[in-house]
Amino acid sequence: MAVCIAVIAKENYPLYIRSTPTENELKFHYMVHTSLDVVDEKISAMGKALVDQRELYLGLLYPTEDYKVYGYVTNSKVKFVMVVDSSNTALRDNEIRSMFRKLHNSYTDVMCNPFYNPGDRIQSRWALLPVSDPVQVGPAFCVLLPSFCRTCLAILVAKMQPFGKQGRKGLFKL
Amino acid sequence: MSPTQWDLPVELCCRPMAFVTLTGLDVVYNAVHRAVWDAFCANRRADRVPISFKVLPGDHEYPKCRPKRTSYEWYIPKGILKTGWMNKHLNLVPALVVVFYELDWDEPQWKEKQSECATRVEIVRQSLQGRNTKVAVVLIQKKTPLPPGEDVIASERAAALCNACELSGKSLFVLPHTDHLVGYIIRLENAFYEHAQTYYYTEIRRVKSHKEFLNKTTHQLLFVRHQFKIAFFSELKQDTQNALKNYRTAYNLVHELRAHETNILEIKTMAGFINYKICRLCFQHNTPLDAIAQFRKHIDLCKKKIGSAELSFEHAAWMSKQFQAFGDLFDEAIKLGLTAIQTQNPGFYYQQAAYYAQERKQLAKSLCNHEASIMYPNPDPLETQTGVLDFYGQRSWRQGILSFDLSDPEKEKVGVLAIQLKERNVAHSEIIITLLSNAVAQFKKYKCPRMKSHLMVQMGEEYYYAKDYTKALKLLDYVMCDYRSEGWWTLLTSILTTALKCSYLMAQLKDYITYSLELLGRASTLKDDQKSRIEKNLINVLMNESPDPEPDCDIFAVKTAQKLWADRISLAGSNIFTIGVQDFVPFVQCKAKFHAPSFHVDVPVEFDIYLKADCPHPIRFSKLCVSFNNQEYNQFCVIEEASKANEVLENPTQGKMCLVPGKTRKLLFKFVAKTEDVGKKIEITSVDLALGNETGRCVVLNWQGGGGDAASSQEALQAARSFKRRPKLPDNEVHWDSIIIQASTMIISRVPNISVHLRHEPPALTNEMYCLVVTVQSHEKTQIRDVKLTAGLKPGQDANLTQKTHVTLHGTELCDESYPALLTDIPVGDLHPGEQLEKMLYVRCGTVGSRMFLVYVSYLINITAEEKEIVCKCHKDETVTIETVFPFDVAVKFVSTKFEHLERVYADIPFLLMTDLLSASPWALTVVSSELQLAPSMTTVDQLESQVDNVVLQTGESASECFCLRCPSLGNVEGGVATGHYIISWKRTSAMENIPVIRTVITLPHVIVENIPLHVNADLPSFGRVRESLPVKYHLQNKTDFVQDVEISVEPSDAFMFSGLKQIRLRILPGTEQEMLYNFYPLMAGYQQLPSLNINLLRFPNFTNQLLRRFIPTSIFVKPQGRLMDDTSIAAA
Repeated sequence: MAVCIAVIAKENYPLYIRSTPTENELKFHYMVHTSLDVVDEKISAMGKALVDQRELYLGLLYPTEDYKVYGYVTNSKVKFVMVVDSSNTALRDNEIRSMFRKLHNSYTDVMCNPFYNPGDRIQSRWALLPVSDPVQVGPAFCVLLPSFCRTCLAILVAKMQPFGKQGRKGLFKL
Repeated sequence: MSPTQWDLPVELCCRPMAFVTLTGLDVVYNAVHRAVWDAFCANRRADRVPISFKVLPGDHEYPKCRPKRTSYEWYIPKGILKTGWMNKHLNLVPALVVVFYELDWDEPQWKEKQSECATRVEIVRQSLQGRNTKVAVVLIQKKTPLPPGEDVIASERAAALCNACELSGKSLFVLPHTDHLVGYIIRLENAFYEHAQTYYYTEIRRVKSHKEFLNKTTHQLLFVRHQFKIAFFSELKQDTQNALKNYRTAYNLVHELRAHETNILEIKTMAGFINYKICRLCFQHNTPLDAIAQFRKHIDLCKKKIGSAELSFEHAAWMSKQFQAFGDLFDEAIKLGLTAIQTQNPGFYYQQAAYYAQERKQLAKSLCNHEASIMYPNPDPLETQTGVLDFYGQRSWRQGILSFDLSDPEKEKVGVLAIQLKERNVAHSEIIITLLSNAVAQFKKYKCPRMKSHLMVQMGEEYYYAKDYTKALKLLDYVMCDYRSEGWWTLLTSILTTALKCSYLMAQLKDYITYSLELLGRASTLKDDQKSRIEKNLINVLMNESPDPEPDCDIFAVKTAQKLWADRISLAGSNIFTIGVQDFVPFVQCKAKFHAPSFHVDVPVEFDIYLKADCPHPIRFSKLCVSFNNQEYNQFCVIEEASKANEVLENPTQGKMCLVPGKTRKLLFKFVAKTEDVGKKIEITSVDLALGNETGRCVVLNWQGGGGDAASSQEALQAARSFKRRPKLPDNEVHWDSIIIQASTMIISRVPNISVHLRHEPPALTNEMYCLVVTVQSHEKTQIRDVKLTAGLKPGQDANLTQKTHVTLHGTELCDESYPALLTDIPVGDLHPGEQLEKMLYVRCGTVGSRMFLVYVSYLINITAEEKEIVCKCHKDETVTIETVFPFDVAVKFVSTKFEHLERVYADIPFLLMTDLLSASPWALTVVSSELQLAPSMTTVDQLESQVDNVVLQTGESASECFCLRCPSLGNVEGGVATGHYIISWKRTSAMENIPVIRTVITLPHVIVENIPLHVNADLPSFGRVRESLPVKYHLQNKTDFVQDVEISVEPSDAFMFSGLKQIRLRILPGTEQEMLYNFYPLMAGYQQLPSLNINLLRFPNFTNQLLRRFIPTSIFVKPQGRLMDDTSIAAA
């Protein structure tokens, strides 16, 4: 499936990059970085289209001989970049889209994590990723970002209420 | 660069044009021939027909035509395409041979000339035996030809000439050598072009005709060859559509060939050629998508056709060339107007070409690593007899052998070895760099800055491999900041690692140190062991020793480098490097923080420098100095340790000069600010941290401002966003993230220890000398000197206020316009502790409204701060807002002598002026006196003495005066007559004796004066008594210059009886007066109406009785008859 997945901050620095053939990590880093050229161009071309009409999925950014690079941008300008093997014909646009959607959900979960500071690099401590072999995991492997337990979060939020304005300070007393 | 094996042949890449040879032209010695030739060659623009011309001698030998094959049955082709074929048809075998011959129609020796011409044609025909090449004759004539049909001799002789030369009429041309040479030439070449097209058409037919003899088993190669030839001839015929069609067929046929290791190169070569032609034609037909699709198909088909594993680098080289050629085609099309986009531009093809070139290099490196002892085989298996191959893409040692089995394995081995050894000499890096720089140029054009950076990194790395370290460093250094600014630390680290190697190998001290600093820093993703190694090297370098070589460096290069480093050590010279850190991320972080945003001048300025090292081992620094915008403070903020060079490693954890990794080191600095800097900002302009020392090598890290490097602003932002609770640290330690840089502070004056009080009685009254008592009391412990007072209107208010406000210290005299609004620096003298002084200020406000007044007291005091005696200037200011109001309101009215309100007065008739002074001041006012200054037009009736002298008015009280005035007749004055001024002299009742009296001048209103024709006044007693005679005398004055006819009548009244003229008509002369005497006899007591006098002026109907009533009384009080009176009268009687 995807050989490399990256989450890029609004300011274009990497929040998270994982690639499967770990021995050639640098190549994927470069690939993701250069793909930002196209992402930037696509975003600026989108301009001020209505937010709800905007398509988050940017499609194929650019093809290389061996890989295809796809892009996705959230409304807060966080970019997701995915590199797939060119020879993998099983992955069509729809599959890529759904992989991105899953990735987006996982990212949202990370953001919901009260211990995560938006803009920090997503450390492996947070990302409990079974990234070791995404090829086998298939499209579903996108759940590589931690899904911070939503119910757990709900409890935390509920417990925070009585603390009122102390808000987050109170949270740590739990 | 000379063409290599992989470059596409020139004849393939050019645009095929019909080949026409011109014979019989002597372009060297004959000017006319030269001109003709020039006209053919010059200005061959797109609008001219595509022909390539060549001048050849008439007896030129054209390539021999091989005898025509009658049967293909036993024919086995030896290859696909002969290497000479394309060139032969482009440059050797003409489509048309033109024979130029100088011959006029009226040539006297016609016969001889005609036969000479025929001979020439014959020679050409001989040489072209067996070919379909056309022959044409052009007669160069001196005379302009007559219109066709008119010259009988010409047509006759032309027919004869055609006959002699066995030419058709269409192949004979006349070229008159006149002014219109170019026009004739263009017509000529169009005719030639038609002949050429016919020739190529027949050639195509000829090739096609072979097809039917071919069979699929033995003639597979010929199918491709013939298809290619048809396509090529179509191109020569400029029939690009058919050419494209035929090339496509040829391409498919190539891939139908049975491929084997022995012929794969030939197949790929031909496929490459045909693909090139197809793409080229697609671009030419403006169908770039077809070109791209064809190219993709081509690559997909050929990618896996590697061929011999021992020569796999050849495949990579071929692939690289395919991409490069396509990139070139694409780029050329763009230059001709095609638009490319960001994701589809020639850059990608150059980039891919570069990748294959890199792969070629890798493969060559692994396959061609023969021992140096292996010699290049002799005889050279790559040499052929002719120096070139017979067929494209064949091996020189087995040309024309179609068998898939290797007949001579030994020969094959030698051949492979020769190729491998040759490959070793190829400058791979050069090829890669050229391709990469092509790609860079493209990506720059199509807005791909990151791709550009990436390619530049690759170029840099390639230069590194090529051992051109200077260029490598230049490129890497150029792109580093892009990765740094976007925070791609992994990539930055990788680039830095290469850069460090380059700088090591060149023994570039400064670069080496800079890269080490960053690789040890927090932006580096290196492992700790690597960092340790680099740190150790850095310390070595700082101690003026050679660092250990970087890993994975070329052994020979390392040797050279070690020598260079050794030289560096012995080299005396500047060993101090100053490195500005704001553009990178060094391993020492620095933050400066003033303790407060402002300091009083008598308190020492304190600030902390926080330092933190990110390297794996503790590091010692030798000096820290801080620079300020006022450089005088620099000397106070230096920490220096006179440590010897060998101490750097000893006891590294001790002392404050040592930075422990991860720990924040705080250094406190203190200095006393200069008194001149009061009110100024003190700013840290830079912080310099020296590592190493001057005896060895010394690196000075220079932070601009209060610290911070390329990454710190983003980190600060993140830290500010974060709400992570930081673990508690011991008291003297702080969290690095929680330190916020504060690089500047204000120096403010010492807090004054005096009190300033203001005493006054607001509001101020307009124009009065308003008294403001300033009390200054010193609470200082020592004597204060040079106390100065600045007082007055606070600057910065309305400019009009400045002109209408005056301040003085002397209240005894009124101040005028010349006095300033603000008194500055009034020396007051010295004050002992506890002493108090009082100063009176007088303010005169000319207009009402509120004003802000400033009282500013400054003084000098000697203070000891940090055992230093300094003279401080302190000041205290008080501001007070004072309202100015009018002291009183003056109302003026005109009334008649009967106290009736007058809207206008009548000339010469007395009236009353009443003034009313209403105090508006909250404080008691004393009206010292008042004065009425009459205008010249007014006269007084009685004395004008003031009636309100020394009257004291409390708030709301008023003082009134009344003056009787008269206005002489002036004629009609527009807007009324000036009355004069009313001057009031006054002061506050509370004011002291010596305070001057204020004169307030009030301009009295103008009054309208009206003339009347007749003035009537009455003389009558002030009261009457019942039944007592009351004599009344009316005076009638004629105020005009005319004689007045007056009708007078008196109407009877119930209360009176009267005697006198009841009705009369009389005349009054100008200026005279008539008296009318009446005797009224009151009948009733009380306030009784008099018998009314009616006057009618015949000349002035406007003069009404109403007007009359104003002058004369209408009623009188009648007292009852008094008894006492009676008694006395009786008694008298």
